[in-house]
Amino acid sequence: MPPFLYIFLGALAIVSALGVVIQRNPIHSLLSLIGTLLTVALLFIAEDAVVVGLLQIIVYAGAIMVLFLFVIWLLNLQTESRPTGHLFLKFIGWLGAAALATELFFILAPPHLQVQFAGAPAGYGSMESLAQKLFTDYLVAFEVTSFLLLAAIVGAVALARRLPAPAADAVSAAESVPAMEQMR
Amino acid sequence: MIPLTYMMSLSAILFSIGVAGVIIRRNILVMFMSIELMLNAVNLAFISLGSRLGSMDGQVIVFFVMTVAAAEAAVGLGIILSIFRSRGTIHADEMTLMRW
Repeated sequence: MPPFLYIFLGALAIVSALGVVIQRNPIHSLLSLIGTLLTVALLFIAEDAVVVGLLQIIVYAGAIMVLFLFVIWLLNLQTESRPTGHLFLKFIGWLGAAALATELFFILAPPHLQVQFAGAPAGYGSMESLAQKLFTDYLVAFEVTSFLLLAAIVGAVALARRLPAPAADAVSAAESVPAMEQMR
Repeated sequence: MIPLTYMMSLSAILFSIGVAGVIIRRNILVMFMSIELMLNAVNLAFISLGSRLGSMDGQVIVFFVMTVAAAEAAVGLGIILSIFRSRGTIHADEMTLMRW
């Protein structure tokens, strides 16, 4: 993969990530986030992580983002009525984020770093090598993950369930009594 | 292969934009999206370091992070839904029940 393509993908990821924060409309933020996720997935694939990149496209950009979209539509949040935040606080927030980026840069990738990495062996990043690792070394974590997903499903259903209001109960009971009498 | 510095700085910038989103935005849904952005930045660091070290551990951890993110999205959106039902807003400044 030529270097300018890396630069292009990185710039695209940063621009769409900025779009997530700057856009006023939650739907536009969501679309920007999908753009970031897709570019990051392409970078994954370019870094020999083909399976994880495809999973990112399917699971993240496909499933999770559709969940977000459903919630935005369900709550009718297409337009943001109130202005967001104080201008000074915004400035402080961006300043802190820039300081954090600089600090992370000097921790993760110091300019004087001169390490030669061996590079990936043959068959790296394939489904076979991922499954090999997943079902031997990380088997316990994998099984715990299945319990986590089960708990998340039960929790999400319990949270989003609409509790029956007492008034609605009375109305439905009043309606059901004549119906039962008719049945007799 | 592209230098490690490039991938790491991209990851740092994406993470910081996510932090800025959580600090600046007051819409809970957008704050939640920014958290997903931060998770993705960390995934990018894992993948690029793993491919340079020739070890699959980074990709396995990214797999787990994606699973946890899916669970987090399901539960978090359920919480947002029930907050909206009980209070009629998802603006973070209006949730002042626990503020003293």
